[in-house]
Amino acid sequence: MRDVAVIGVGMTSFGELWETPLRSLWAEAALAALDDAGIDKVDLITIGCMSSGLFTGQEHLASLLADELGMAGVPATRVESACASGGLAVRAAFAEVAAGLSDTVLVTGVEKMTDVDGADATYALGTAADSEWEGFHGVTFPGLYAMLARVHMQKYGTTREQLAQVAVKNHANGLLNPHAQYHLKIDVDGVLNSTAVADPLNLFDCSPVTDGAAALVLTTVERAREIAGGKPVVVITGSGMATDTVTLANRGELAELGAVKLAGERAYAMAGRKPEDINLVEVHDCFTIAEIMATEALGFFAPGQGGPAVEQGLTSLHGRIPVNTSGGLKSKGHPVGATGVAQIVEITTQLRGQAGQRQVEGAKIGMAQNMGGSGGSSVVHILEVI
Amino acid sequence: MFSPARSWREYPQRYRLEAAKCSKCSKILYPPRLVCPECGGRDFTEETLPRDGKVVTYTVIRVPPAGFTEQTPLPLALVELTNGVRLMVQIGDIEDPETLEIGMPVRLEFRRISWDGEAGVIFYGHKAVKA
Repeated sequence: MRDVAVIGVGMTSFGELWETPLRSLWAEAALAALDDAGIDKVDLITIGCMSSGLFTGQEHLASLLADELGMAGVPATRVESACASGGLAVRAAFAEVAAGLSDTVLVTGVEKMTDVDGADATYALGTAADSEWEGFHGVTFPGLYAMLARVHMQKYGTTREQLAQVAVKNHANGLLNPHAQYHLKIDVDGVLNSTAVADPLNLFDCSPVTDGAAALVLTTVERAREIAGGKPVVVITGSGMATDTVTLANRGELAELGAVKLAGERAYAMAGRKPEDINLVEVHDCFTIAEIMATEALGFFAPGQGGPAVEQGLTSLHGRIPVNTSGGLKSKGHPVGATGVAQIVEITTQLRGQAGQRQVEGAKIGMAQNMGGSGGSSVVHILEVI
Repeated sequence: MFSPARSWREYPQRYRLEAAKCSKCSKILYPPRLVCPECGGRDFTEETLPRDGKVVTYTVIRVPPAGFTEQTPLPLALVELTNGVRLMVQIGDIEDPETLEIGMPVRLEFRRISWDGEAGVIFYGHKAVKA
């Protein structure tokens, strides 16, 4: 297997971008990543996108978007794994370069979610659950995570306030990220008093509906060194993916995210690393409870200790293991197909030392954890600067 | 969203609670599958689900998806039946959702689940009510 490096990153600002169509969002991020890498030709394009069909009425994205960039002829493939589509697009590109099928790949993620109203967006996202046996009864994603939260709270004593503190922390980080959807300082009372969405989760426990795109350029470490000309190179040293039951009724343990645990173990094994080696991590905080459960599944805290860890500031920007320095899905925004790619944009930016006010000093090893559905899929990557 | 054809093919499970029992390891699958996820067995006998169970976890949906806007707030629960099978169902006849709790005994009853406008298809299935 060949070693794989990230030589370019780019993303749009995340937000409600009503004036911009999907293809332009995508092209803006793609061009930014190509310019950052200083190249204009690639062997393959991968595109993470969950549901352009339901959100915008457009399928056949891979070819449409390759053409948008003037790259008709270049192989392109769309990857779908609900909200983990972006992470899986990264993994597909990583595998291509590692295997020698492609030398240089443009990895992208995109979602245009605000062309439909709230009920239709909730429905579209809900198709990541089991449509026939969960969606039929009116289940929503906040509803599924609310059910997981209840189990976690009962089993470990995780509190409503601890959930709120995840949102408060991520909004504080988002204030320092110019690309974030929200530059809004919030406090625990604000979260506790926000509109109820699915008990016990409120509006400020939920990531928003967002338009946005993100992109990377991956190539071999050898080529990356040539292009970098002595500057630090960011390498993907671990990639892990795992599935779990999509249907919550079929899952034995509800207080743990099994796919995240497995994907994490696979990424750690490939990189030869353990949780203590990681300097910062972007986790999939689609809901506040998801961040707490992800930090436990990835081994940063023992089961049940994710809540107290947030309370003690261990996951804050200057804590023991900074979690979601970008603001996370909560504050940066969650254009579902773009999220997994944007997480790696953040980690690469941090490892290059270019994260400005939210820079984690001396960050050498970072991790990104992306998740689909209520934990039915997860992709974990470990990146290191050499 | 939920077409008449799909509704029709799901009648045995939704209306009669038909499940499949693995001939090899006795695991009960609802809905039925072609292969047992527990042991890989491929022979099954038909088994009707019991109607009694308890709440494993629950929520009350305040922001509904398209198709359920008239039924909000919508209480939903993951219910474990007496034979160990779990299923996602709405909770019916509950006046105060605050009285819901994990472990609450429930019983499945045949009810209207959703409807597609005034002239559209009406979907039926089971809801859980306090036992």
